[in-house]
Amino acid sequence: MDDSRRARPTAHELARYESLFATRTLGMKSSAMREMMALTERPDVISLAGGLPDTSTFEPELYAKLMARVAAESTARALQYGPTEGMAATVECIVEVMATEGTQVDPAEVIVTTGGQQVIDLVCKALIDPGDVIVAEGPTYPGAVPTFSAYQADVEQIEMDADGMLIDALEAKLDHLHAQGRRPKFIYTIPNFQNPGGVTMSLARRRRLVEVARERELLVLEDNPYGLLRYEGEALPTLHSLDAQTGGRPNQGGGSDLVIYLGTFSKILSPGLRLGWAVAPQPVLAKLNLGKQGADLCSSPVTQMFVAAYFAERDAQGAAAWLQYVERLRSLYRARRDAMLEALAEHFGESASWTRPRGGLFIWATLDERIDTTDLLALAQSSERVAFVPGRAAYVDGRSGASSMRLNFAGSPEREMREGVRRIGRAMRAQLGLLGSLSGTPAHESVQPPGAQPAPEDTPPAPAPTDPPYGPEDRLADVVALPRPHDASPGTARWRRDR
Amino acid sequence: MTSSRRVAVLKGGSSFERSVSLRSGAHVQDGLQRLGHEVVAIEAGPQLVPALLEAQPDAAFIALHGLDGEDGLVQGLLEAIGLPYTGSGPAACMRCTDKRLAKYLMREAGIPTPPFHPLRQASIEELGAAGALARVERQLDFPLVVKPARGGSALGVKFASNGAELPGAMVGAFSYDSTILLERYVRGRDLAVSVLDCLPACPPGGKALPEGGPSGTEGLREEDARPGEGQPGALPVVEAVPREEDFYDYEARYEIGKTTFVCPAELPAQTTARAQQLAVQVYELLGCHGVARIDLMLDEDSGELWVLEANVVPGMTATSLLPQAADAAGISFDELVQRILDSAWTR
Repeated sequence: MDDSRRARPTAHELARYESLFATRTLGMKSSAMREMMALTERPDVISLAGGLPDTSTFEPELYAKLMARVAAESTARALQYGPTEGMAATVECIVEVMATEGTQVDPAEVIVTTGGQQVIDLVCKALIDPGDVIVAEGPTYPGAVPTFSAYQADVEQIEMDADGMLIDALEAKLDHLHAQGRRPKFIYTIPNFQNPGGVTMSLARRRRLVEVARERELLVLEDNPYGLLRYEGEALPTLHSLDAQTGGRPNQGGGSDLVIYLGTFSKILSPGLRLGWAVAPQPVLAKLNLGKQGADLCSSPVTQMFVAAYFAERDAQGAAAWLQYVERLRSLYRARRDAMLEALAEHFGESASWTRPRGGLFIWATLDERIDTTDLLALAQSSERVAFVPGRAAYVDGRSGASSMRLNFAGSPEREMREGVRRIGRAMRAQLGLLGSLSGTPAHESVQPPGAQPAPEDTPPAPAPTDPPYGPEDRLADVVALPRPHDASPGTARWRRDR
Repeated sequence: MTSSRRVAVLKGGSSFERSVSLRSGAHVQDGLQRLGHEVVAIEAGPQLVPALLEAQPDAAFIALHGLDGEDGLVQGLLEAIGLPYTGSGPAACMRCTDKRLAKYLMREAGIPTPPFHPLRQASIEELGAAGALARVERQLDFPLVVKPARGGSALGVKFASNGAELPGAMVGAFSYDSTILLERYVRGRDLAVSVLDCLPACPPGGKALPEGGPSGTEGLREEDARPGEGQPGALPVVEAVPREEDFYDYEARYEIGKTTFVCPAELPAQTTARAQQLAVQVYELLGCHGVARIDLMLDEDSGELWVLEANVVPGMTATSLLPQAADAAGISFDELVQRILDSAWTR
C-alpha cells in the first residue's frame, strides 16, 4: 500500500496540535449537555428550547417581491463588498427602529453587524483580556456564555428579581471586586424581557444602573433584541437613552458615553438575514470596526439591501409594512405567551414557579430544588419527546440554575406548545413522585406558588409582599474561574478527548 | 496487506452519544478507505436493515456508542441477517453494558470492583425499596456514586456526599435508566486500559504489541498481558486527570477542556502491570471479542486497583482513549481499524 495514504493522527501530532491551539480554546467547551441539546433537533421532538421567532408568519410573496426589487435595482451593489460599518440605507432603518423605541441615535455611531451575536463577540474582542471581569445577570443569555468563555473572561453573575438585576447586589459585587483591585470591563444586561429570565428591568433600576456605571466609569452592554415585542404595559426608556439624557452628550446628538447598545433584526424581522447592530461611543466604535474588519470585512450587502427595501415598503394607507409586521408578531406572540402561562398553571401547578414576561420570547420556570433540569431534559426527551433549555446553560459555571428551565413560547404553534408543556409537566411530576418516595417528604414545599405578579414597572419594587418570581434557593451565582491550560510534560501525550 | 473488503460503518443512532458516534464513524471510514476498503456509511435508524440488505457488505463495523450499539441488540440483528460484525457478541455486550451484571460477575470472579447495590425504579413502588436505603447507606458509606446501570456517557453519574443529597442524585440517575447503582466512591486516579485481541494478522508468537511506545509498556507481565496468537493483550494505561475544582463533578470530568488524558499513565511498573492484568481478566471474564476498554480507579489511600466497567465500543475519534493507547503501543490508527475489522471474521 502507498505509504502516503496511511496518514494518521499520532500522539505526537495531537501533542503538536495541542501546542498550537490558543489557550483560550480550553475555555471553548463541548459538554454532555450540548450533546443532549443536539438531539432536540429531531423532528419527532417538540422543542421549546430554541430562541426562534416564527418566520412562517412572513409572507412569501413579500419576500419574493423584495428580493426581486433588490435584484432589479442593485444587483451589482448587492453582490459586491460593502462598507465595514454597514450601508447607509440600512443604518437609516436602524435609526428608525431605535426611534420607534424612543432612542435617538447619530447614524455615525452605528455599526451594522452579522447578527446581534457578533456585537457580543466584537465587544469582547475589543475590551477583554484573559482574566478580565464581565458582570452579567444570573441567569444570562446562554449564547453569550461560550463567547465570554472563549475570551477567557471571569464572569460575575448578579441575581435578578421581577424588576431585573438587583442593583444593590451589583454594587456589593463591584465593591468586592474593587477591594481586590479589579474593575469589570463591562456590565452585560438585557433590560427588556430578559433572556432567559423573562423579567424586565424597572425604570428605577435602569436609572440606578446608569448612575452606578457613571460613578464608577464602567461600560454597559445593553442587549435589546426584543424591546419592540412588548405585549403589555408601557415601553421603558433604553439605558442608552437614559444615559444620553442625563449625563451623556445631550448637545451633540444625544449620544451615550458609556452604553454600548446592541440591536438586531432577528426577532422583529428574520434571524436568517444575520443582521444586527451596535451603537457605541466613537472610540469604542472604532475598535469594533477594526475587529469587524478582521472578522468578516462587512455584513452581507444582499440582506442589508433587503432590509432597506423592506423598510421602504408601505401599505395602501401609507403605513410602514415593517411596523405592521411587528404588530402582527406582537398579537401572535401575546396569545402564545398567554397560552403558555395557562398551560403552566395547568400542568406545572403548585410544583413550580415561573416568570410572567411582558414581552419577548421566554419564560423561566423554577422547579423543586432537588430536580436537576439537565436530567429532567434527558427523561423528557426519551420518554416524552419534548425539549427545553436546562437552567445551567444560562450560568457560566455550568452548575447554578440547575433546577430552572427556559421555555420559548413564541416559536411553535399554540397547540404544539401546550402539548410540550403538558409533557414536561408529566416528566416533572414523575420525578417529584420519586423524590417523595425516596425522601418520605412532600416534594415541593420549598417552591414558591406560581402566578406572582411583578410590581408595575415604573415604580420601585415594593418591600416584597408579593411572591418573587424566583424560588428562595436562587442566590448569587458562584464566582467563576474558567479553565486554564495544563502544563504538558514532554514525552507523554496529553490531550482532551471526545469520548 | 489484507484483501479489500466492502465494509458498512454503522454510526449515529439516537443516544446521547450520537454526535461522538458520528465522529468515531467518520474517523473509522477514513481509516478503512486509506486501507483500501470500500466503505458504505449507514446511520442507525429505521433504514438500517434495508440499507444493509441493499448494500450487501462483507462486514459491519460498529461505531455506534451508547445503548444503540453496545447493548447487543444491533449485534443480534446482524447475526439474524448473517452479516459478520466487529467487536463483541450479543451476550458480552449485555454483560458489559449492564454495569449491574458486569459488577456481579466481577465480584463472583474475585475481581476487585467497588461495593455497590443496584436499585430498580419500579422496586421503590412495588417492593418498598426505599426502606432499604438506610442500610445501603451504612454499608457503602458516604460519599456515594450514583449512576445509571446502563449507558456509556458521564450523563447521570452523580455524587452524593450525605443522605440529604441522595434522593436528588438518585432521581437524576433514574432519568437515564430505570435501574441505577449506588456504589462506594473510590478516591484516587482514573485509569483506562484498552484490550485488543491479538488477531491472526499478528506475527506468530504474539509480538504485535511492542513494548516500546513513548515510555514503554515495561510493566506488562509476560504471562498475563502479553498476547499469544489469538489471545487478548492490554495496551498502555491512560489516565484521566481532572481539574482540581471539578473533582466531585463527574459530568465535568468528561468535558473537553476540563480533563487532560495522559498516556502512558505515569504509574509504578507494578501498578501498570496489575491494571493491564485486571483489564485482560475482565475482558475474558465478560467474554469480549476484538476490542474493549476497561475503566479502573487507583485507590489513593490503599494503592489498590478497582475495576469500574467495561466498554465494548470504545470511542474512535482522534482524541479518544483507545486510538491514543494504541498509538502509544506503536499501533497506528489504521492498523487499529484493520485489527478491529478483522475481529468480524474471528469470532
